[in-house]
Amino acid sequence: MAKTGTFADSLFKGVLTVFAATIILVVVAMIAMMFWNSLPTIREFGLGFLVGSDWQPASDVYGALPFIYGTIVSSVIALILAVPVSLGIAIFLVEQAPKSIASPIAFMVELLAAIPSVVYGLWGIFVLAPFIRNYLGPILQNYLGWLPLFQGRLTGIGMLTGGVIMAIMVTPIITAVVRDVLEVVPNTQRDAALALGATKWETTLIVLENASSGIAGAVVLGLGRALGETMAVTMVIGNAPQISASLFEPAYTIASVLAANFAEATDRLYLSALIEMGLVLFLVTFVVNAAAKVLVMGVAKGTNAARQA
Amino acid sequence: MNKIRNFSIFAAIVAFVMIGFACSGAPLSGTSDGGDGSGAMRLQGSGASFPKPIYEKWVNEYQKVDPNVRIDYQSTGSGAGQKAILSRTVDFGASDDPMKDEDLSKADGELMHIPTVLGAVVMTYNLDGVDKPLKLTAENIAGIYLGEIKKWNDPKLAADNPDANLPDKAIFPVYRADSSGTTAVFTDFLAARVPAFKDKVGASKQPNWVEGVGSGQPRNDGVMGLVKQTPFSIGYVEIAFAKANDLPTALIKNPAGNFVEATIENVSAAAAGSAAKMPADMRISITNADGENSYPISSYTYILVYKDQKDARKGKALAEFLWWAVHDGSQFAKDLHYAPLPQEVVAKVEEKLKSITSGGNVLLENPGK
Repeated sequence: MAKTGTFADSLFKGVLTVFAATIILVVVAMIAMMFWNSLPTIREFGLGFLVGSDWQPASDVYGALPFIYGTIVSSVIALILAVPVSLGIAIFLVEQAPKSIASPIAFMVELLAAIPSVVYGLWGIFVLAPFIRNYLGPILQNYLGWLPLFQGRLTGIGMLTGGVIMAIMVTPIITAVVRDVLEVVPNTQRDAALALGATKWETTLIVLENASSGIAGAVVLGLGRALGETMAVTMVIGNAPQISASLFEPAYTIASVLAANFAEATDRLYLSALIEMGLVLFLVTFVVNAAAKVLVMGVAKGTNAARQA
Repeated sequence: MNKIRNFSIFAAIVAFVMIGFACSGAPLSGTSDGGDGSGAMRLQGSGASFPKPIYEKWVNEYQKVDPNVRIDYQSTGSGAGQKAILSRTVDFGASDDPMKDEDLSKADGELMHIPTVLGAVVMTYNLDGVDKPLKLTAENIAGIYLGEIKKWNDPKLAADNPDANLPDKAIFPVYRADSSGTTAVFTDFLAARVPAFKDKVGASKQPNWVEGVGSGQPRNDGVMGLVKQTPFSIGYVEIAFAKANDLPTALIKNPAGNFVEATIENVSAAAAGSAAKMPADMRISITNADGENSYPISSYTYILVYKDQKDARKGKALAEFLWWAVHDGSQFAKDLHYAPLPQEVVAKVEEKLKSITSGGNVLLENPGK
């Protein structure tokens, strides 16, 4: 009996290992395939592909910089807007709100996450773009117009609109994860802090500090979603491969250019350029995630050191 | 212990089944072979989005004519349609702009262009307070898309529209972000008339738009939506989209010097004006056609089929469908804002369809019944 048990255990372990290995296999296979298929443009342009700013498929000139710029800047806008709001919602739900209010709000947040991307895009065109064109844009230009960020013509379509749409889309994800993280912080910590005479605000700070690595993880998850978001952004960002200081000007993201053009790309070099863009998106995501991980470790270390001191 | 053993056996079976699927490479979904002997036959086509409304209508109506033939049409875009028929993943492709010689040479068989209907690309705009249709010349449209004409009250625009109350606002041009037959027709029209446009932007499905001038949107409905929502914008779309959304369309100056509307009659006039020049392989651009009333941004749209069909049964069904489409099917064109083929062109299409063979046998023996 004991023998079969050992056999079953090792078989179970083996099967699980196979499952785990598929993840690595899939990632490696994807990178290898994308690299292989983008060899034509890698040979033709080399690193120039990454720093070139001209994108002219008709003349076979491919530079990815405007797309990398658009992807990163729009994601950063999204995070700047989404992170404070998400944190606020999560803290409210866990630390402040009575259950009767917290449950419906939590449900609404999860509902937001379930809305299809294209619906956000339509809402962006019909509601958000006119709002930015008619209200938010003029106000920003009025008070902050001296900044190059807010100069230029106001069409309602552009980098800012794309970033705001993304922010709304990543908010539910960040909120949901942060809420879960805060909920697992032991209640004894809150009780201890309150018992020592800390205010609600100070108690929340302590909870946040202990949950910091989890919160950073939530932000990274949101960032990943923002970097890869396609449909809604394509509909409102303006899709023009240019690098402009103004947030009101049209921009373009890597995911958008892939979505708009992949099906139609027949030319060998064009197809190769698009696949290399996919590879670049992969790299950007990887670098950003790694940077975030390092940041998280730094924060966690800092907290630990502070706790020990 | 029993439980553990049962579970491990179950896990092993799951693993083997999954590996089996991964290795077999067997297609899990159906293909277009339709070779189940009996029942309905399936024909699959994909390509241009420009004729999608009329093709969908045809597919529905043809069900009544021949219930045994099912046709699926996917509007994936002209470029994808060309790619699909070249790789033979569909039974017919569809494209607005004729295929280039170098692409045609990649086909492993003679690929024929069958024109089906005519359409128009229109300029639509969002200008409050301008009630009468705007009058535009090729030079001015090119100027707008080159970024040389920046404001609506530019003297060049005002010269053709003396009565219109043109605002002192920046023009926001919208173009197609994806590779598109509509763009090919539009840029072909401009490049033929304006050398500067030909040099800087060029004529193609996805030309080199000038940086900082405007915004791209995917598909006709994307351009439509943006123009509809954005004051002081201008864009080009297939006429059916503008009509369906009740947006204004500009009158365009043709080579004869008249500002003409994109009506079915004027598109037909463009086709008639160029019918004599129709080459044997039917690949022709009819932008800037001769004729007093010819609408200058008109175009044929094509279905691409192999002259020699691998499957005689399917080939016959396809040829019969196309025969029906250019004859009985043409009655549905006008309601959807397409122009039917001129009679001379229908005669040429008949010859083409009669020449479709499979293994040397003519498939349409007694067309028209």
